[in-house]
Amino acid sequence: MAVSYIPRRFTVVRDRERCINCGCCVRQCSNECHLFADDGKTVISDSTACVACHRCVALCPTGALRIEKYVCDYRENANWTPQYQQQICRQAETGGVLLAGMGTPKDYPVYWDKILLNASQVTNPSIDPLREPMEIRTVLGRKPEKLTVEKKGRSTVDMPPQVIIETPVMFSAMSFGSISLNAQKSLAMAAKELGTLFNVGEGGLHPDLQPYTDRAIVQVASGRFGVHSDYLNNSKYVEIKIGQGAKPGIGGHLPGEKVSVEVSNARMIPEGSDAISPAPHHDIYSIEDLRQLIWAIKQATDNKKPVCVKIAAVHNTAAIVSGCARAGADIVAIDGFRGGTGAAPVRIRDNVGIPIELALAAADQRLRDEGIRSRISLVAAGSFRCSADIVKAIALGADACYCASAPLIAMGCHMCATCNTGKCNWGIATQRPELTKRLNPDIMSKRVVNLITAWNHEIKEIMGGMGINSVDSLRGNRLMLRGIGLSEKELEILGIKHAGE
Amino acid sequence: MKRITAGIRGYAEVNDEIRKEFLSKNKTVVTDVNGQRYLGNALESGKTLEIEGTAGNDLAFCLSGGRIILHGHGQDAAGNTMGGGEIIIHGHAGDALGYGMRDGQIYVRDSVSCRGGIHMKEFRSMKPVLVIGGSAGSFLGEYMAGGTIVLLGINLRHGKKLFGTHCASGMHGGKMFVRAPFPKENLSPNIKAVNLTSQDRKELEGYVRKYCRYFDTDYEEIMKKPFRKLIPETSRPYANLYTAE
Repeated sequence: MAVSYIPRRFTVVRDRERCINCGCCVRQCSNECHLFADDGKTVISDSTACVACHRCVALCPTGALRIEKYVCDYRENANWTPQYQQQICRQAETGGVLLAGMGTPKDYPVYWDKILLNASQVTNPSIDPLREPMEIRTVLGRKPEKLTVEKKGRSTVDMPPQVIIETPVMFSAMSFGSISLNAQKSLAMAAKELGTLFNVGEGGLHPDLQPYTDRAIVQVASGRFGVHSDYLNNSKYVEIKIGQGAKPGIGGHLPGEKVSVEVSNARMIPEGSDAISPAPHHDIYSIEDLRQLIWAIKQATDNKKPVCVKIAAVHNTAAIVSGCARAGADIVAIDGFRGGTGAAPVRIRDNVGIPIELALAAADQRLRDEGIRSRISLVAAGSFRCSADIVKAIALGADACYCASAPLIAMGCHMCATCNTGKCNWGIATQRPELTKRLNPDIMSKRVVNLITAWNHEIKEIMGGMGINSVDSLRGNRLMLRGIGLSEKELEILGIKHAGE
Repeated sequence: MKRITAGIRGYAEVNDEIRKEFLSKNKTVVTDVNGQRYLGNALESGKTLEIEGTAGNDLAFCLSGGRIILHGHGQDAAGNTMGGGEIIIHGHAGDALGYGMRDGQIYVRDSVSCRGGIHMKEFRSMKPVLVIGGSAGSFLGEYMAGGTIVLLGINLRHGKKLFGTHCASGMHGGKMFVRAPFPKENLSPNIKAVNLTSQDRKELEGYVRKYCRYFDTDYEEIMKKPFRKLIPETSRPYANLYTAE
């Protein structure tokens, strides 16, 4: 084997006094970092392939394991950092495009951390959500231009289809293929219990998820995998996937190794064949073509399903969102560049797109300026780490948010960012039966429900503190936000004042 | 049988009327069609829609087993994301014909424009078939993952090529039967031309006979010229493109 010039990343530290050589870690690690020594009894570790997923740490019955960063200093160089040197070596070894999972780990500004929330003091008193009703139910869909009523007061407006969710938090698109069926099922079950929606992604709908279609968002992406008229009609709404925050402008590629019998059933392609989603939809080369597909879907669903267009946050997002609204979309989802993914070229993930905070604020403002904000619901995506991020997004103009990484972390994900290898020890981003069976949907859905229930409480508490008792009064309420340490330009784009103003 | 007249009415109105008609009937004719979109969308098995005129974009979108007979030309994206059934076009068809189609058959009497049969795919017993009487524009069968395209090149104008540039780029499944001669220079790399097996021959004959029946063409005349089969050299054209970081 050729010698690799790349040092390992982590070291498995085994406390020999605690280790009872039970072999639990050996069975748990799909990267084969733990093994029995030649004596067949003593467990030893080989850290070479460790990704710091912590599966062995979590399951070791005696707490004998610990993962350490492997420190191997290079000569200091602020320009040629170890990471760039290692990536060059990797490409020199393989000639391949660098691929990784999850969202960008780079140190770009997170505007959520530079925005502070308001609270009531003395005037307009705060509300105690434990005693008083607090409304976080959200209604998505195109709203009529104006309301007309008959004499008895009944509405005579022909209402476009609306979707009611009991929390502004929904689960973002993750296809069966990128994640396991058990992971998808966990999200579906949690969505049902929470009264929110999960998104099947572009990999079709597995028959096992049929009982949850009334909580499902179904995607139509460029590969059109598993798309047929029943698929469109058995959904809460249909999402046309134009782009993804983690990899704007490029398509997707599920390698044949991950197309198992079950994945092939959902995607409706032969087992083991590559599932390639081209970069563009080949029937959409313009905003007029997008309009054509939106209305084709509406025609095929008898105008009963709202149609969402999901785009990646890029430089001209505001104008694009306006175009989508005018093309007939009922919902537009904007996915910021910190959004996660099962696999993306590293260069794209780390360099293309813009943060959701700026894209969302710009899009909301543009729609208001043009007087068409009520034509669509805006869904923000691209890394929400906690309930405060959600509250800030709603105050910046979002109707609801898509979350994916957070519920995955609730299921065991440790952000090791090697989803693309298909060896996920937590049974999430893998199709290997011995790994996926580790994920019990009954238990995992409960953990996700717990997480979102807790977030719901926190959202209500934050709203109550502001003296707001309905999420509708929070939406686009930028007076509740103040920037901290932001430039004039950033404040202008976010449409918020600086703290102290 | 009732004949629905499309005239210059909007597509929504026409499609509503067609849908209503299909609630009680299995066959409907719509005449004087002037580019109305989405005709026959999601039409189910056992239903037949006959169209007279020029059908607009996204004809038979998500077709679910129904039969569409178009007496006239089709525009863009006919048979888009088709999941079964049959489309017979007595004329030309526009761009992106049969995009992402998974099952069913499309017969076009004349030529098709760019991006025909893009991302066609097959699944178990579902095997989509696209039969084109004339020539095809650029990017025919791009990203093709399954199914069959038959390109007959009947009555090609002198100097006109059977297909445009970038034919079968990224193709990783399925096959194309092309009637010689075909422009080798327009074929993408990693695609090879081979001779038909006896099994292929049988399959092709079935499609050509059907074409001749639909469009009243001489079968023997078509089969006089030799055919070649175009297939991808590998089913994993991008297998070595990526490396884990």
